[in-house]
Amino acid sequence: MVTLAASTRHGQRRRTRRPVGTSAGRPGIAWALPATAFFVLFAIVPLILVAVLSFASWNGLGAPTFNGLDNWNKIFDDPVMIKSLWLSVLLTALGVVVQTPLSILLGVWAAGSERNRAVLSAVFFVPLLLSATAVSILWRSLLDPNFGVPSQMQWLFGDGNLFGSQAGAIGVLVFVSAWQYTPLHTLIYQGATRAIPEVLYQAAAIDGAGRVRQFFNVTLPQLRNAIITSMILMIVGGLTTFDTVLILTQGGPGTDTTISAYYMYDKAFKGFDYGAGAAVALLLVVVATVISLVVVRVSGFDRMAGTQEGVS
Amino acid sequence: MRQRPNYLAGLASLCWLVLIGLPVYVMLGASFQSQSDFGDTGPLGWPAHFTFHNFVYDFQNGFGRYFLNTLVVTVSVVAIVVVLVPPLAFAIVRGIGRRSTRSVFRLFLLGLAVPAQAVIVPMFYVMSEVGLYDNLIGVILPTAAFCLPVCALILTGTMREIAPELFEAMTVDGASTHRVFFQLVVPLSRGGLSTIVVFSALQAWNGFLFPLVLTQSESSKVITLGLYNFRTQYGTNVPGLLAAVLMSTVPILLVYLFARRALIQGLMGVGGK
Repeated sequence: MVTLAASTRHGQRRRTRRPVGTSAGRPGIAWALPATAFFVLFAIVPLILVAVLSFASWNGLGAPTFNGLDNWNKIFDDPVMIKSLWLSVLLTALGVVVQTPLSILLGVWAAGSERNRAVLSAVFFVPLLLSATAVSILWRSLLDPNFGVPSQMQWLFGDGNLFGSQAGAIGVLVFVSAWQYTPLHTLIYQGATRAIPEVLYQAAAIDGAGRVRQFFNVTLPQLRNAIITSMILMIVGGLTTFDTVLILTQGGPGTDTTISAYYMYDKAFKGFDYGAGAAVALLLVVVATVISLVVVRVSGFDRMAGTQEGVS
Repeated sequence: MRQRPNYLAGLASLCWLVLIGLPVYVMLGASFQSQSDFGDTGPLGWPAHFTFHNFVYDFQNGFGRYFLNTLVVTVSVVAIVVVLVPPLAFAIVRGIGRRSTRSVFRLFLLGLAVPAQAVIVPMFYVMSEVGLYDNLIGVILPTAAFCLPVCALILTGTMREIAPELFEAMTVDGASTHRVFFQLVVPLSRGGLSTIVVFSALQAWNGFLFPLVLTQSESSKVITLGLYNFRTQYGTNVPGLLAAVLMSTVPILLVYLFARRALIQGLMGVGGK
């Protein structure tokens, strides 16, 4: 139905435009120029520069000098870097595993039209409004080994120092990210669930499907595109997580939560090896893009298969 | 068949509510009690004696300055976005050159996939070279640039909804491109415009990465950076810290109360990011 409306609209435009003249009242490319120039200058040029700098040595002073593949050799020889890649993938995967079921459940629930659901979902979005800085500081204070909840509930948290072990620190990072970003994915699933035609549920009910069967046979398949969108966001977001790590664990204990984005910051802005930092940054962009493309390809999202065949 | 209450999801959402409420409760409770009371009652205690001392303390330690800087950054970023994006979206939706406008649109779609983390090193290099390091302008420019893709996407969506007949009617009356833009496109895109205002304001207000690597001195700190420094320096003064966090979130919560619709659409815009 949607595509039908769109195509007639295009048809009308083509029909009525001709007698008037093609360009009267239409903006030229100059209208797009200021924004495009601004964007190229402050986003695309730096992206090209990051590639250039990854082949150069620069300590923050003077001019960068080219040093060939030195940076790349250096980062791939560094066990901390290799470890950071695995940690990035691990944290991202844990994020997907924790947040996806939770946000599907909450999103489908919040899609209902009941009044209490609308009020509750308004509250659910609050974590998204806060800066990652505020959220991390809030949870850091709450989980502080000396002043926080764990020190009072030792029956649950053991010695109370969640930040002292790798498993504890990773657990905190996954939890805090989920706390902040689950509402975003809930929002995506809520919108997608509302778009599912009621007819499908009626048909399923006539066929005798109960609530659980309806969920698995109607809701979940219909949410496929939303699941892919949300997963790509989680992957790109997860691989570039930075603020949370900086404030909650500082990459520790030791280098046990030094994920690649934090490693990059540490190399460049703490170790003043900006060339190596640039190399890691470029690597992260490439890895995130490749994984996203693989998800799109494997899921068939690029073929734009409709989820509503035979509905209208 | 969907009217029957869904107990499982209902229970999950109640647990989630508690999880969201807990830190907010602790933040409120801690902000209004003295440091020694907080030490006695623990994080989950509610203040017995209310005090505003923490807020006074924060202002004595530079919070006012941070607040002002954040306000400057936010207003400037919103201004840049509002000036640049509407003509861009107009050109993408109604432009003469089909091929050129399409490649512009593609460039911005591509830009959606570029994380800010990827460019902090060259951004630091460029801003040091042109003398904008440790200057709020140096923070404003890249922050605005990274808002553009999402805002362009939102606003082109809104402008595509304008009925073509309206454009035809105006051109038949001999209206210039400027008149079409200011008298038709802008008034009919108000919804999308308020969404991009809220989205870019939120990005600027909560921004951390660019201020972190592009500013240094006390006089150019924004709130998020102030909070971070505050934590590393006075980590033991939890009530003072949480009072500052509370003050940093109040403006956003106020916007949320009054412009919930635009804000939620703005956050769905983050979904495109």
